Amino acid sequence: MAESTPELIHARPVFRPSVWIWAAIVLVLAAMFVHGLVTNPNYHWEIVWEYLFDPRVVSAVGWTLILTVAAMCLGILMAVTMAIMRMGTNPVLRAVSWAYIWFFRGTPIYTQLVFWGLVGVLYQRLSIGIPFGPEFFSFNTYDLITPAVAAILGLGLNEGAYLAEIVRGGLQSVDKGQWEAANALGMKRSTTLRRIVIPQAMRVIVPPTGNETISMLKTTSLVLAVPFSLELTFVSNAIGNKMFQPLPLLLVAAIYYLAITSILMIFQTRIEAYYGKGFDGEKPAKAGRGMSKRQQSILAAGTVHDDPTLEVTP
Amino acid sequence: MTAMIEAKGVHKLFGELHVLKGIDFTVERGEVAVLLGPSGSGKSTLIRCINELEQISAGRMYVDGELMGLREKNGRLHRLSDKEIAHQRSRVGMVFQRFNLFPHMTALANVMEAPRQVLRMSKGEAERDAREQLERVGLADRADHYPSQLSGGQQQRVAIARALAMKPELMLFDEPTSALDPELVGEVLTVMQDLAASGMTMVVVTHEVGFAREVADQVVFMDDGVIVESGPPAAVIDNPQNPRTKDFFAKVL
Repeated sequence: MAESTPELIHARPVFRPSVWIWAAIVLVLAAMFVHGLVTNPNYHWEIVWEYLFDPRVVSAVGWTLILTVAAMCLGILMAVTMAIMRMGTNPVLRAVSWAYIWFFRGTPIYTQLVFWGLVGVLYQRLSIGIPFGPEFFSFNTYDLITPAVAAILGLGLNEGAYLAEIVRGGLQSVDKGQWEAANALGMKRSTTLRRIVIPQAMRVIVPPTGNETISMLKTTSLVLAVPFSLELTFVSNAIGNKMFQPLPLLLVAAIYYLAITSILMIFQTRIEAYYGKGFDGEKPAKAGRGMSKRQQSILAAGTVHDDPTLEVTP
Repeated sequence: MTAMIEAKGVHKLFGELHVLKGIDFTVERGEVAVLLGPSGSGKSTLIRCINELEQISAGRMYVDGELMGLREKNGRLHRLSDKEIAHQRSRVGMVFQRFNLFPHMTALANVMEAPRQVLRMSKGEAERDAREQLERVGLADRADHYPSQLSGGQQQRVAIARALAMKPELMLFDEPTSALDPELVGEVLTVMQDLAASGMTMVVVTHEVGFAREVADQVVFMDDGVIVESGPPAAVIDNPQNPRTKDFFAKVL
């Protein structure tokens, strides 16, 4: 008997009028909103265009990006250190990590930024030497902790506390069978972390870190508390207030934040595809777009669980 | 010559739960010991105590004449450091029920990992060695596959190669075929049988009575945290003396 292709089903989908009704409603509302934006003279779009590429604004965008990147770098460094300390065997370091996370998550970022701004008043000189003993070097705090440094310290240390929990969740999401296999082979704890656990935990850690970066971009607007006065929100507010036109300058800032966030979101989507977010470990490895063979393998093995609270029975 | 494994009065407690209740157990060099018994009898706990994956609560465990996990000094016991325990473990190979291969590494990289990181072997030497081990378990042509691209039986054979790459004096198998589809059990048992024939000292926890009968030098029947009966397979499996042993084999055979 010859094999023949069966007649495939090409049925019409169910007609859903609600889709069309909603489309009409949303379209009308969107048109009204855009019309309002464009025709309302109070938005002063001519000022928006005039200041969009003002050198002060462009430089402020640069500072905002620098703060975001530097604070995230510091945050990631602190987070990995704290997460490893928190999961370690040394009770003193565990306590230090707990206290760090407790303090920096438990107080407002704004307060922390004010504190870093005032650190030079509280401690006028910083010195390196023997505790309670002689000093070798000593310097003026304000020379070391400039407003930019204070802003980065404030944002980075705060972020580190949040990221530490993400990193810890990621490390704990790796099946304990992986630890046992490495232990049984005679691998040390640090080697196991570096070679076996962290590479698998990246799948759980990296996507939320991308989200945190997007969030950090906008949190940098709080550094006026330091006070650091070169980033986007402060600069655009200052220009706007000076000419009694705060609204168009707010729009300028918003356009930049939205544009940078959009770019970061593209990276975020790529990262999530790479780590196979949204694919279920139970299903056979299905190639997500851009997902590497290595990540597919981790996903298919099911040794990392999206839900870190999930219990794994060996 | 000292025995490869000597357990003396080993107890294990998990909080209130008394899992091992005084185990005395000896495995000679080159011997294959198979642990049989109902689920929850303490077989897996015992095998995990041999390489310190579980700390014993009482008694002494010696591997190759060396006290595991502890040091006796001036009549007092001291725990070994993590580094010393890692060194003791590196000489004992272990194969797990769920393979526990490193999913982000190819079969070859899985086998090379511990020799590179623990024994500080050069890359070339480790790779040559790893390919040899994969050849031995019949997977030379799968070296560049990730675990997810291999069948369960193939994964378990890679896991055996990974353990062998450390050149262990002793191999522990914790239910190595229990997670496999029935048609894949045979290939893993064949590799284990070859390994036994090559003179490797092995302790195997399994439900495969046929394997025990064919390969074991010593069958140990455990129930409720104690060794009920042990001896050559012909005695323990085919002519058990203890009523609990009789009852068990009457059910599984």
